[in-house]
Amino acid sequence: MTEFILPNAWLIPFLPFLGFALIALFLHRWPKVSAGVSIALIAAGFIFSLFVASAVFSEPGGAVYEFTTRWLEMSGLKVDMGLLLDPLSAVMLLVVTSIATLVQIYSIGYMKEDPGFASYFAYQSLFAASMLGLVLSNNFGQMFVFWELVGICSYFLIGFWFGLPSAKNAAIKAFVTNRVGDFGFLLGILFLQIIFGTLTFSGLAEAVPAYTNMALMVPVAVLLFLGPMGKSAQFPLHVWLPDAMEGPTPVSALIHAATMVAAGVYLVARAFFIFSSVPEAMTVIAVIGGFTALFAATIALAQNDIKRILAYSTLSQLGYMMMAMGVGAMTAGMFHLTTHAFFKSLLFLGAGSVIHAMAGEQDIWKMGNLSKKMPVTTWTFIIGALALAGIPPLSGFWSKDEILLGAYASGHYGLYILGAFVAFLTAFYMFRLIFVAFFGSNKEGEHAHESPGVMTVPLIILAVAAVFVGFVNSPFMHHLFGEFISHPMGIQPHPSSMIMISSSLIAVAGIVLAWLIYQKEVISHLALRERFKGIHQLLQNKYYMDEFYARMGQIFVYGAAQLMFWFDIHVINAFVDLVARFTGKSGDTLKYTEDGQVQNYALYMVAGALILVVVATMAAVSVIA
Amino acid sequence: MIGLPHYLLLGSFLFCIGVFGVLTRRNAIAVLMSIELMLNAVNINLVAANKFAAADAVTGQLLAVFVIVVAAAEIAVGLALIISIFRQRKSVELNDFNLLKW
Amino acid sequence: MFNISAFSLYDAVFIVIAGVTLLAALGVVLFPNIIYSALSLILTFLGVAAIFFQLNSGFLGVIQILVYAGAISVLILFAVMLLMNTEPGRTNLPTTRLKTLFAGGGITAMLLTALIAAIGFTKWTEFDLPGVDNSVGMLAEAMMGDYIIAFEAAAIMLLTAVVGAILIAKGVQEK
Repeated sequence: MTEFILPNAWLIPFLPFLGFALIALFLHRWPKVSAGVSIALIAAGFIFSLFVASAVFSEPGGAVYEFTTRWLEMSGLKVDMGLLLDPLSAVMLLVVTSIATLVQIYSIGYMKEDPGFASYFAYQSLFAASMLGLVLSNNFGQMFVFWELVGICSYFLIGFWFGLPSAKNAAIKAFVTNRVGDFGFLLGILFLQIIFGTLTFSGLAEAVPAYTNMALMVPVAVLLFLGPMGKSAQFPLHVWLPDAMEGPTPVSALIHAATMVAAGVYLVARAFFIFSSVPEAMTVIAVIGGFTALFAATIALAQNDIKRILAYSTLSQLGYMMMAMGVGAMTAGMFHLTTHAFFKSLLFLGAGSVIHAMAGEQDIWKMGNLSKKMPVTTWTFIIGALALAGIPPLSGFWSKDEILLGAYASGHYGLYILGAFVAFLTAFYMFRLIFVAFFGSNKEGEHAHESPGVMTVPLIILAVAAVFVGFVNSPFMHHLFGEFISHPMGIQPHPSSMIMISSSLIAVAGIVLAWLIYQKEVISHLALRERFKGIHQLLQNKYYMDEFYARMGQIFVYGAAQLMFWFDIHVINAFVDLVARFTGKSGDTLKYTEDGQVQNYALYMVAGALILVVVATMAAVSVIA
Repeated sequence: MIGLPHYLLLGSFLFCIGVFGVLTRRNAIAVLMSIELMLNAVNINLVAANKFAAADAVTGQLLAVFVIVVAAAEIAVGLALIISIFRQRKSVELNDFNLLKW
Repeated sequence: MFNISAFSLYDAVFIVIAGVTLLAALGVVLFPNIIYSALSLILTFLGVAAIFFQLNSGFLGVIQILVYAGAISVLILFAVMLLMNTEPGRTNLPTTRLKTLFAGGGITAMLLTALIAAIGFTKWTEFDLPGVDNSVGMLAEAMMGDYIIAFEAAAIMLLTAVVGAILIAKGVQEK
């Protein structure tokens, strides 16, 4: 079976795509069948991914299988399509297929009465196909195609309830912001093609380290990073991710927590050989990542919508992953991507369960004491939150700890302190959410009932994963993950117990503080809000970034329009008017030659003949003489 | 000693006298007569060129014959036109025929 | 241009005929009396005919006399007679507009200068081709042979001109 799967690994993205086509063309009249087909195909993808993984992880250091076929050949341009099956893509395959399957199963319950049930599954299949295609690509060009496909699927899914103006606008915002990043990404790809003549990862991996013109590689690397900045929502292209919460919650779980936003991190890992040879680019990545982490965590402190809190948490964790990549800890970054996929999708699905039970309510202050009637949701949510906060021995602890270790060991002490502070904030705001919504004194949540099994079973499965996935890179398993996913230029520092203990204590401190303020109400949160009113306003309004962008857009777009208008009226029209007036004027002046006197006409004719004679004579004379 | 350039010179002088007549005479018939002078000058050029540069053919003389034919036809029609105009306007002065003014 | 040592009778004859022709031409243009102009025109035609005779094209010279000096001149004189409505001595005056006079004179002078310059700057080579002895016959063969179409076209044109002239001169009959 493995021998069959490996060269036919293109089936893994193709099957969901087939599902999309079938549902879109034929099956959408039968919603239940559509759902069934979609889930079956993605589950098949998961099983195939298991076989691929078994083949890839069977050798120490990981086997690499690459299959290419020539797609386009012109003089000076050869474009290949190919599959790359190595440990990195195998890990991504497992993550994407497993979470996609669980999310689609969950969606049966969540989207039950939605009239767009069938088209939802069509879009989900298309997204799965695009993401899997992205992960399996062996060259930048093909990856870019899937990158864009994933973006358009995000647009479809965010704006799924297209009757809602906020959803429509959010979808457009997501796509446009992504486009800005993709523009830089495309420029970077073009530069790579021009400089190195090839876009395949294997070809570039040989050519880039040998390249000596570092000054040229710096802008190329930065441009390439613009793609991940857009897709993985780093500052300043982060503005689309909170708004993307307008989509259905399973979509948020799959796309905007686990997989699509991780595509940027995956790209940085895949192209690590490019970035690691340009130290300036690494610094840029690390700083932007760290800043995003802090920025988003502070905003999350003041949010009241359950999905928004989780969205900013995602932003913050993505910043962590980028920071890890930037300091050279590529293993840690990918590891955190994996664990984050599981516990964040768990958190989102749990939030979806809550929203479903509360009939659409998303404000945490309007929920309370949900734990009474929704035990499964509550405890799986708490497990997810503990993993996110980094409490040992859950998965998040191992991965977050590795990132902090990487920052410390590579000498980036500032980033280490920033990371530790963000860990504290993360624990605080997550448990703020938990204490207010699940255990609060507000009794509104008590009438909610637990979600159906089709929704709770995926929660339980993900909770198990959130607990145990982290062990693959723990010292107990001798850092198994790191043996497969690593890069010669990346760092894998020795674990330090000082860091482990300190990060655990920081997380616990955050939880305790949240407990004190929101559960025990030792200090009233309203009084705190009053005391720090200005800062609170700033945080709640996301540092006014959306307003800033809107104003910038208005200035530049409107300004450009004004400029064009002025140019049109005063330059182009003026030119046209000039031509017209010149014609009229010359006509007015030349009419006096038509005076009716025949002898004058004869005079003009003779004058013309004279000119001809003179010119001919001069030409002949200069030729002869 | 007298060769082609001298005949061409004669032709040029005659032509220019004709041009002067066309441009400066008031009477329409005088203009027609000046045109005849120009045509004759051309004929001299043609026949001289024929004799001095292509003496084994008669192409120049042939062309001169046709020029004479055309000149005859032209002056006939021209004079008829002038007579017709004279009947209308009782004058043959070119300065007076300016109806096609702008 | 003028090599005195090789002066022959041919050259003397040419100079005389040329002089007469040019003087007559000047007379055509300058006499204020149009009858005198017409008569000078006849003299010019005769001079040109003499030039043709000197250039070994006797046929053309005869044609010139017949057509030009014979028919066209008479035509002109008839027209002059028909249209004389002032005293004859003042029928061929130069134009009253000074600007036209000066412009015309200037252009003519410039044209003459240009033509003389063109003739002067050319390097004239001496061809030594044998002349034809049967120019009339060759003329006839050419006209009826290679140039038959031009011949026919000229005939039609003459017919048209005759008919047209009659119609125009006759005018519209007022009933």
